[in-house]
Amino acid sequence: MADPMRIRAQIAGDKATVRVLMSHEMESGQRKDAAGKLVPAMHITEVSASHNGKVVLTADWGSAVSKNPFLQFTVKGAKAGDKIAVTWKDTKGDTRTDEATAA
Amino acid sequence: MQTRRETLKHSAIVAGLLATTGLFPQYAFAYNKGAFEAKSVADAIKALGAGAPVESKDVTIGGPDIAENGAVVPLTASTTLAGVKHILLLVEKNPSALVAQFNVTDSVEPNFATRSKMGQSSDVYAVAIMNDGKAFFAKKEVKVTLGGCGG
Repeated sequence: MADPMRIRAQIAGDKATVRVLMSHEMESGQRKDAAGKLVPAMHITEVSASHNGKVVLTADWGSAVSKNPFLQFTVKGAKAGDKIAVTWKDTKGDTRTDEATAA
Repeated sequence: MQTRRETLKHSAIVAGLLATTGLFPQYAFAYNKGAFEAKSVADAIKALGAGAPVESKDVTIGGPDIAENGAVVPLTASTTLAGVKHILLLVEKNPSALVAQFNVTDSVEPNFATRSKMGQSSDVYAVAIMNDGKAFFAKKEVKVTLGGCGG
């Protein structure tokens, strides 16, 4: 299991700006190791975010998203105390979900 | 009487249909592998089933003019258009052009920021695909001092 994500949901008016920092290698499949062999690709492919249990955003990612990915998005109609949860899944099938409370 | 050949053919067709409906577990989220393997911007957009993209002032791409480290290039993509289905981020000269695809719902603003790897200096694109299949794009050149794809 990968390390937890850092999620921060900041309320501005009726919107919440959500910033997510995931902890993931995001191996692109282009890099070679010390022996000159290609390191196989292993990266996050699917991300989904939910607001109080309702999915508001899904995203598909390729290998070109940076290591320890950062993602920012804005949820409409959010207020303080709302739960924002983010889930990712990688090419190995590993998955992780973390939740934050909007403030 | 069905021949063995016909049976095989039919099962191949059904398998293809199932794959598109996303019933197979590995396609549970209908991850569009073809689009992420596409080499060029045009191919990636075609693989997602959108029309030929048109440059638009209503789509915005944000990023640095010069990125010192190609492994971490902050990019933003947003649009003021209504009825957006997907927002794509693409880097033209990467081994595969498509970086990320955001599936927009009514509950989020079509405005996303993330960080991308870039192999070399290239044009980066933000593409908005509308509900009716039209595609609009904005592009920006980002110069990379140190590539972020190889070793």
